[in-house]
Amino acid sequence: MTDLAVNAPASRTRGRVNGKALVMGLYLTFLLLPIYWLVNMSLKTNAEILGTFSLWPQNPTLANYRTILTDPSWYMGYVNSLIFVVMNTVISVLVALPAAYAFSRYRFLGDKHFFFWLLTNRMAPPAVFALPFFQLYSSVGLFDTHIAVALAHCLFNVPLAVWILEGFMRGVPKEIDETAYIDGYSFPRFFVRIFMPLISSGIGVAAFFCFMFSWVELLLSRTLTSVEAKPIAATMTRTVSASGLDWGVLAAAGVLTIVPGALVIYFVRNYIAKGFALGRV
Amino acid sequence: MDKTPNNKAWFLVLPVAVLVAFSAVIPLMTVVNYSVQDTFGGNQFFWVGLEWYEEMLHSERMWNALGRQLAFSAIILAIEVPLGVFVALNMPKRGFWASFCLVLMSLPLLIPWNVVGTIWQIFGRVDIGLLGHTLAALGIEYNYTQDAVAAWVTVIVMDVWHWTSLVALLAYAGLQSIPDAYYQAAKIDQASRWKVFRYIQLPKMAGVLMIAILLRFMDSFMIYTEPFVVTGGGPGNATTFLSIDLVKMALGQFDLGPAAAFSIMYFLVILLISWVFYTVMTNLDREGR
Repeated sequence: MTDLAVNAPASRTRGRVNGKALVMGLYLTFLLLPIYWLVNMSLKTNAEILGTFSLWPQNPTLANYRTILTDPSWYMGYVNSLIFVVMNTVISVLVALPAAYAFSRYRFLGDKHFFFWLLTNRMAPPAVFALPFFQLYSSVGLFDTHIAVALAHCLFNVPLAVWILEGFMRGVPKEIDETAYIDGYSFPRFFVRIFMPLISSGIGVAAFFCFMFSWVELLLSRTLTSVEAKPIAATMTRTVSASGLDWGVLAAAGVLTIVPGALVIYFVRNYIAKGFALGRV
Repeated sequence: MDKTPNNKAWFLVLPVAVLVAFSAVIPLMTVVNYSVQDTFGGNQFFWVGLEWYEEMLHSERMWNALGRQLAFSAIILAIEVPLGVFVALNMPKRGFWASFCLVLMSLPLLIPWNVVGTIWQIFGRVDIGLLGHTLAALGIEYNYTQDAVAAWVTVIVMDVWHWTSLVALLAYAGLQSIPDAYYQAAKIDQASRWKVFRYIQLPKMAGVLMIAILLRFMDSFMIYTEPFVVTGGGPGNATTFLSIDLVKMALGQFDLGPAAAFSIMYFLVILLISWVFYTVMTNLDREGR
């Protein structure tokens, strides 16, 4: 008996299991229908989108995808996005690791206040920071570079990474640290050789979250870039306003932005649930 | 776990402190700076004290945006939290189908926010969208670019679509952590399904649900991209939430002083409400272990 939550006679159990499948089926349909519609649009020509209404493409075409993958002003958007997202993930996790260790192991002056202050940055609306960021990065000559967006996204990703990693590190018994020190490990060597492998799933989850929130963000990345580092999200919004009605290409670009997320999710699927609980389960 | 008092731990926190100071404190000081000064163009600023704050406190525009924002956050929390818990209760516990549901449910969370907007913009259009077309065929008047109610419904359904999975995944993680022995004990006591939920599952989920509510509150309170793409804050000002209004004011009209005062008050409201959530959460955390 695997499902002990169902405390009913066998005859009723069957009905309930089907009920569960029905609920999940309905919910997943609700989730996937809009995405399916986007894919559907991306396989049609503009004439077909505006001319006829059909549940699936009558003359499937990959022309929209071809437009994107052959035009540098489109596909460089993806490259730019990936560059600053990866930079941000690396920076966030690297600085968050020692800090999370400190929070999970030591009590120090002002630790609770500092921790809450970090979290307040996760709460800060990007809209508040858009203009000052623009001025700050312009004045230090970083405007329209990948590193500027990566640093700006640290605003909300570093606190999140610290929060997640602290949750995972709390689960590692302190005796391990002490034993390692008695065995003569120095702190850096202990941290890299023993401690990091122990929380590798936590690191994976933290990296996943940094990737996710940096990948989906638009307001800051759009404000801080113009040409050289323009992310795909901004490319899309500008095309909407410029040509107005190129729905097919817009839909194809949208579909392509879902792909990296879907790939990443596949790799961390077993840790997703725990990760969303920030390691606190 | 007891922690060792050790002030040298500050050295480990230092990189974070420096980085966040650069990306948060300096910009925030700029905002504070603007909020107490006025300018006649160029780089000439002069001190005006709390004038902008006073102006914003009496500004109907800000109160209206705040009202809409609070209504929006309250509505989506009221829908997403119960729905998320309900979905989590119905998820398969293990095996292939569990992974399958997890991956599909996480999908909306990883779609860039403006693409979420684009998806619903297309999906809801009467001429080319499945939803809009179906509703029109059923004879329901629905046009999110002109009708305020339709715009609100679209934005709310979109947010439910986008974020319910987050609540569901958190609740699911909480459920997974309940040992089977609890259910066996409940079975021996012949507890009803409702009692199992009320006295075993809900208390065990409380901690993660607080995280869910905290995250959802914070993110819905600063929502910008999705409604901006779908409705642009319209029709009229019907879906102009705080962030949309702020960006309009700061980057659109370049009213630096009022926008900065607005920003500070906006931030303080979020901070205050989040602090309450956070305190409740850490207290739950302490009781739990």
